[in-house]
Amino acid sequence: MRAFANRHPVWSAILVVIAAIVLWLIFAIWPKGLSDAIGSKKIFLNALFNGVTLGGLYFLVASGFTLIFGLMRNVNMAHGTLYLLGGYIGFYTADSTGYWLLAFPVAFVIVGLLGVLLQYVVFRRMEGQDLRQTLVTIGISIVVADLMLWGFGGNFFNISPPSWLSGPVRTFLVTGAKSSGELVYLTYPMVRIVIFAAAVLVGLAMWLALNRTRIGMLIRAGVDDRDMLSATGARIQLVFAGVFAFGAGLAGIAGVVGGSFQSVAPGEDTRFLLASLVVVIVGGMGSIPGAALGALLIGLAEQFGSVYFPTYAVVLTFIIMVVVLAFRPQGLMGRA
Amino acid sequence: MAVLDAFDPARARDRNWIERVPPAYWVLGLLLLVMPAFAGDFVLYQIMGWTFLLGMIALSLMFLAGYGGMVSLAQMSFAGLAGYLVAIFGDSAITAISQGWPWWITIPLSLALTVLAATGVGWLAVRTEGIYTIMITLAIAAAFFYFTRQNYDLFNGFQGFNTILPPHLFGVDWRAPVPFYYLALFWAVAAYAAVLYLSRAPFGLALQGVRDNPRRMAALGYNVTAHRVAAYAFAGLIAGIGGILLTWQSSQISPGTIGIGPAIDVLVVAVIGGLRHPIGAFLGAFIFVLLKTFAVDVLISLGLSGERFQLLIGLCFLAIVFFSPDGLLGLWDRLRERGLRDPLTGRAKDDR
Repeated sequence: MRAFANRHPVWSAILVVIAAIVLWLIFAIWPKGLSDAIGSKKIFLNALFNGVTLGGLYFLVASGFTLIFGLMRNVNMAHGTLYLLGGYIGFYTADSTGYWLLAFPVAFVIVGLLGVLLQYVVFRRMEGQDLRQTLVTIGISIVVADLMLWGFGGNFFNISPPSWLSGPVRTFLVTGAKSSGELVYLTYPMVRIVIFAAAVLVGLAMWLALNRTRIGMLIRAGVDDRDMLSATGARIQLVFAGVFAFGAGLAGIAGVVGGSFQSVAPGEDTRFLLASLVVVIVGGMGSIPGAALGALLIGLAEQFGSVYFPTYAVVLTFIIMVVVLAFRPQGLMGRA
Repeated sequence: MAVLDAFDPARARDRNWIERVPPAYWVLGLLLLVMPAFAGDFVLYQIMGWTFLLGMIALSLMFLAGYGGMVSLAQMSFAGLAGYLVAIFGDSAITAISQGWPWWITIPLSLALTVLAATGVGWLAVRTEGIYTIMITLAIAAAFFYFTRQNYDLFNGFQGFNTILPPHLFGVDWRAPVPFYYLALFWAVAAYAAVLYLSRAPFGLALQGVRDNPRRMAALGYNVTAHRVAAYAFAGLIAGIGGILLTWQSSQISPGTIGIGPAIDVLVVAVIGGLRHPIGAFLGAFIFVLLKTFAVDVLISLGLSGERFQLLIGLCFLAIVFFSPDGLLGLWDRLRERGLRDPLTGRAKDDR
């Protein structure tokens, strides 16, 4: 961080100022003029929280995508399909057993196994043929999307979290003061906070596993130079299959999360495939911190955009992508 | 992907141009010209008309992918943009937005703006390579789709525009089946000829050089980025013409026309036909249109629900990309090569 500040003093100063403004906006009681100009603080805080939690969900989807890409240079256009399938599996597990928590391991294992199958049948046969992999996975996603529509119907499903997670919780953030001087606190759905915390936990665990364990070392070595790694005797195909299973399983878990957040429905697969594409383009291909940063940026941009300028919300996301591409084509955290 | 055919200038000079055109082209051309004599309105307007227009949009993708090595999923967006601009500047039922300008301003202006947009997108997309290009153009196509769906001031949101009619030029109703058939045929052939000509012109040859080895071309003094961006601009023009005609054919344009599904359909069309030769785009479009039109009937006659036609199309696409990455043209080439080869020794038969 100090090295960054030394190299880019101007950017560091701008970032510090932005951070200070944001912190002030979050913690201070807004003066009346500000509330009149851009709406009440409650709207702002809700947009912020929704953006951050949506970013957590995007991170869960995109981190698997970026991990697979970073290690194997495989572009899995069926990633959104895996997400949606995880959502359906989670819904039926939670619905039939009554245990919400059980939905996560079941979705992780089943979707992870499908990921291994995909890696074994498709990607290993077409190693190094980018375009062909893309086309085949697009074909698979078209076929599976229609099969899912056939099997599960076109209805919206909602995975309902257990009672101890549902309902709002009062946070310590002040949204304003009543005329009597009594402070009003922000209330926020408990389940979103818990899920965001879980996403952060998953991110941290991934970072630790990548940087502090032997398997992480193998994966990082594979990202840098695959051929040398296999020449040293590491069983690279096993590592590949494992990473693919993990990335696909994460997409499955994200499907359950998304089903509890929003809903499981046809069309969500393309939506989340696109979200992960944009996130990894902005954050940088193959970088986990990049995926986290990109997911946060895109989640916030979507929520703030839809609150403050609804007809141009998509444009905000698009502008972020264009600016990043124009000045840093490899992504914010990507390596050139 | 060898696109350049063996071409012997000495032999070509001996024959005049009529002899140089292969006989298959004459047969196909005559068949297409006299088709209105025996084909019904539905075949002319829906099947052949749609084939030509979809083929043009797929042709623009084929040009970028086959000669430039850049797979762009934004071609449908350029087509849609041109259609939208014609609706905004020209006439439609949404009089609050449509300006009602005459066609000789509307059409050139729409095409010029489309080419401008394609150039901008190209400039962004060529900063990346290979697989990244697909992702970025897909993201751009999706952004444009969501934008048109959300924006009511300019694009009239979810509804889009309807009753967009071609101008009554020379006293002909260009939306009647036979005139529209010839209109679509004319522009499809023009686009096909333009791509074929450009692929042998210095620009096209340089573009193919850039595809095969950008570093060497840069070392030879070619501006790699400029060639790629120019290819996007040209492809944008073809897609734009196709898009305007497509808007006239259905007389409406809405976000559904340019969604992610249609954007991927264009890729499906181009890949089914084969990215190696411009004719592949039209071949793929023909098969795609036939599938889309008749898959429901086929499924119902097999005792399945007609709703599963997307599954049938997806499976066809999957089978083709899985077994023959070069599409039907590649399959054809492989079969022909197998025919030319001696089955015992594997060597080429010399007398054929």
